[in-house]
Amino acid sequence: MRHAISVYVDNQAGVLSRVVGLFSGRGFNIESLSVAPTLDPSKSLMVITTSGNEQVLEQIKKQLNKLINVIKVVDCTDKDYVEREMILVKVKAEKETRAEVLRIADIFRAKVIDVSPKSYTLSLTGDKSKLEGFIEILTPIGILDFVRTGTVVMEREMQGRRKLA
Amino acid sequence: MKKITGAQAFIEALRCEGVTSAFGYPGGAVLDIFDALMDARDIQFILTRHEQGAVHAADGYARASGRVGVCLVTSGPGATNTVTGIATAYMDSIPIVVFTGQVPTHLIGNDAFQEADIVGITRPCTKHNYLVKDVCDLGRVIKEAFYIARTGRPGPVLVDLPKNVMNSTVNFKYPDSVKLDSYCPTYKGHPGQIRRIIGLILKSRRPVIYAGGGVTLADASKELGEFARRLQIPVTTTLMGMGAFPSGDPLSLGMLGMHGTYAANMAVTNSDCLIAIGARFDDRVTGKVDEFAPKAKIIHIDIDPTSISKNVKVDLPVVGDCRLVLRGMLAELDGKDAELAEMLIQSEPWRSEIDVWKKQQPLKYCKSDIIKPQYVIEMIDEIAPDDTIITTEVGQNQMWTAQFYKFKEPRLFLTSGGLGTMGYGFPAAIGAQVAFPNRTVIDIAGDGSIQMNIQELATAVQYNLPVKVMILNNGYLGMVRQWQSLFYKKRYSHTSMAVSPDFVKLAEAYGAKGLRVTRPEDVKGAIQEALRIPGPVFADFVVDPEEDVYPMVPAGAPINNMLLV
Repeated sequence: MRHAISVYVDNQAGVLSRVVGLFSGRGFNIESLSVAPTLDPSKSLMVITTSGNEQVLEQIKKQLNKLINVIKVVDCTDKDYVEREMILVKVKAEKETRAEVLRIADIFRAKVIDVSPKSYTLSLTGDKSKLEGFIEILTPIGILDFVRTGTVVMEREMQGRRKLA
Repeated sequence: MKKITGAQAFIEALRCEGVTSAFGYPGGAVLDIFDALMDARDIQFILTRHEQGAVHAADGYARASGRVGVCLVTSGPGATNTVTGIATAYMDSIPIVVFTGQVPTHLIGNDAFQEADIVGITRPCTKHNYLVKDVCDLGRVIKEAFYIARTGRPGPVLVDLPKNVMNSTVNFKYPDSVKLDSYCPTYKGHPGQIRRIIGLILKSRRPVIYAGGGVTLADASKELGEFARRLQIPVTTTLMGMGAFPSGDPLSLGMLGMHGTYAANMAVTNSDCLIAIGARFDDRVTGKVDEFAPKAKIIHIDIDPTSISKNVKVDLPVVGDCRLVLRGMLAELDGKDAELAEMLIQSEPWRSEIDVWKKQQPLKYCKSDIIKPQYVIEMIDEIAPDDTIITTEVGQNQMWTAQFYKFKEPRLFLTSGGLGTMGYGFPAAIGAQVAFPNRTVIDIAGDGSIQMNIQELATAVQYNLPVKVMILNNGYLGMVRQWQSLFYKKRYSHTSMAVSPDFVKLAEAYGAKGLRVTRPEDVKGAIQEALRIPGPVFADFVVDPEEDVYPMVPAGAPINNMLLV
């Protein structure tokens, strides 16, 4: 099962390599990773998405906690959380498909951020499944290139709300 | 406040940490520190002949004394030479602090002369490491390094010291306390878990304690002994736990695992309640994990949460310091006399069953007119004083020592258990001898292993450290040969040490004493003589070249599947 883990760390040189080295050294998998300073600039937040069985996930969390520079580890999968990732897609847009690309962009609420005679570059944010749906729909038209950020997650302020909705 | 240099501040910091001995090797990047060290008469510095030897010596010093071992080397090759020693200490959770020189900060990353990214290299084999970029951070970093090394699950910490940081000046004050938000080990076990553990143990009928190096590291052997005796629970120890429970005790089963005793492995396999204390379910202990203690509820006491349920699923874990948790367990027994009495009665047949296993298959070997290595170890055990510190190299010499030397107390057996580092024993013995100049220190070695750090004989002679090296010379890399013999159709691929030095002449060349023993009847006298000689001795015992270590559990087999003599 896919897990999104928030790792609060000291904002110091070398901390990223401690975390990443832990994953490679112990044979854990990193699906995506995003890192940036937090509200408190002396700390950084890493959001790591990974997968594995229960035992592997438990080891990942414990091993992360064991690193001296790791302050807190939160497995968001245990909680209600919102998740976003951004993608930039350069898609082929020639005469016959230009309108179609714009229609798809509109449906997904993507933005056109660059235009050339033969392509559009679109930006879209959403959760993983939305981004993957977007790629799937655009693939037959011709994706020239894409680049994705890692996933970022945030706990919902009111836990348990999702179940009500 | 007087301004002093980084190098002088470094010496001050060592003093504040109570460091009285350090091991190492000078070089360009640490010239300033060594210059300051010359004036520090209160710190005994031992110049080894190789940086690996320095780290192992610091490690041996730490294991024997319980204090933090200190090592100081130069940048580049000096630093990279420490890696094996650091990894050895890391695997066995030994508190050492390794200081490495580094090129000046403005040259870092420039491929400067004798530059190596030692912080990057040692990241996976240290508990933590630091690069000090500003002399103002020096005191805090050294304070944290010692604190991290000795607290929680201990381990090695490396501090990288660029040359310009050490020769710049600072208003130095060593911090009084450590402030580390993200590091606070759990010492006190959860009282609810401790209560449940005692509940489970009191209901068990076939309990076994499986004690590891954590018991020694937590200085918990007294509590372990009290707990085991009060509940009459048999105790098996890991290689790292040897001495944590006295070998001669009627409840002692000896070592378990690949070369463990028949009784220990049978007891674990048939137990209904396995109490793991400061042990980590290493593959050399468990054999086939799925069939390890298959009938037992498993209790695991460990200070490191990552050890719990890492290899074997645990039923009742408690995170905490072994000594404090054992004390909690003993306190929990109060007022439970009736249940305890019932348990003692109900578990009586189990102890009888174990006694049968002990009698059926004791550790044994066949005597002959060639010297048997096991016999040498039995004789060392007989002759050496009770407080003798024994180190070993790795391989057959190590396993035979664990089997045939009766360790009665902790911190008397220093061996590289986790990493299995050949060449560990001799420098570790030097370190132990520095910690305890008046005790007997013996390295039980093989002819292969001793050659991996044999240069340290010069160190032993220079500082008059009377370490005795007993070489079990079988002319082979014995343990590898044993595997080739059992599992590779006796194809002895490159395990014959066809050429070795004449160890007697070699010892003499270094200014030490050498002895050679070729007949069983001379073994005892040779050991006595070695112990009588005031300085370092190499005693070369020419032993049976094809002797194997038994029992043996083939790799990946369940531990009750033992090859016996």
